[in-house]
Amino acid sequence: MAEFALPKHSKIVKGIDYPINSEAENTKKINVYRWSPDDDENPRIDSYTIDLDQCGPMVLDALIKIKQEIDSSLTFRRSCREGICGSCSMNIDGTNTLACLKSIDDVKGDINIYPLPHMEVIKDLVPDLSKAYEQLTSVKPWLQSKSDPEKGKSRKQSPKEREKIDGLWECVLCFSCSTSCPSYWWNGDKYLGPAVLLQAYRWIADSRDENTEQRLEELEDSFKLYRCHTIMNCTKTCPKGLNPAKAIGEIKKLQLERR
Amino acid sequence: MQSKSHGVVHWKLQRISAIAMIPLIIWFVSSLVFSLINGYDQSINWLQSPLNATGMILLFGTLYFHAASGLQVVVEDYVHNEGLKIMSLILIKLLSVLLGVLSILCVLKIYV
Repeated sequence: MAEFALPKHSKIVKGIDYPINSEAENTKKINVYRWSPDDDENPRIDSYTIDLDQCGPMVLDALIKIKQEIDSSLTFRRSCREGICGSCSMNIDGTNTLACLKSIDDVKGDINIYPLPHMEVIKDLVPDLSKAYEQLTSVKPWLQSKSDPEKGKSRKQSPKEREKIDGLWECVLCFSCSTSCPSYWWNGDKYLGPAVLLQAYRWIADSRDENTEQRLEELEDSFKLYRCHTIMNCTKTCPKGLNPAKAIGEIKKLQLERR
Repeated sequence: MQSKSHGVVHWKLQRISAIAMIPLIIWFVSSLVFSLINGYDQSINWLQSPLNATGMILLFGTLYFHAASGLQVVVEDYVHNEGLKIMSLILIKLLSVLLGVLSILCVLKIYV
């Protein structure tokens, strides 16, 4: 059966409290999930109180401040700090999002930060995404074409055809959506999940790609595609405001038309 | 090329049976309210009309089919032990066929 309770060694315990030493008035408490593979300890929640007057506006700024000034062992992924690289996806205030796009002011009370749900944790806020990347590779997310473009020119696409991949190409592959999906939690080994299905549709919808039929054929599977039960968590959580549920719906529509 | 898992067929039939049940359930519930509350004899009379008997048979057929395909999805979602999964799926199919045939037979018995 699906496992609804955490195994004993995964139960989260209370961790270290780092109070603020200065007399700052504008403070915020940030509770962060901590786990290290190097010891045998259970995961714990460490609490850091920071001075917001000495911190940038985003949750990522707070995390960087903690790492630089309070606890250098805190581990998380980050790179571009502007919502383009998709590295800093994590669960903030109960929602999967990008730490760099989440404003500290948007969270009332303490800020609770966990890694993306239901993924193996490598350390602290760093989830193991290798399975998700494998699934992405399986949908061949690149242009496949038998014909050659006009010599020396790029492949032509009308503005109308180009519009069809709007809302799809913007995906930064942060996997916030897939890890918010209960279907992906229970069957993540077989169900491709919203992020990968959106990528699959991005190439199905692209007029320059000539492998549409084969792509659809490979997705026609009761687990790869049809584990989507339109729960819509994916669309609700997407930090880029995209709609993976609609992309999946479009794939299902095309599957119907093929039969 | 037919895929092994028939994902789209199952998905389609589940939706068609759901849509088919909308008028059937509305018809059945309104019949319950207007015709069947008038006692046993009235209800037997009601079921002896060919139109009503047809409606009931269609309703039972769709209902058990839809229930079985819905339960199949639930089992596929949550039961991860392969053996237990196959056993549950077979049990669901057998039970729904059994109950479906039994229900339809009851309707026919009254009708004939």
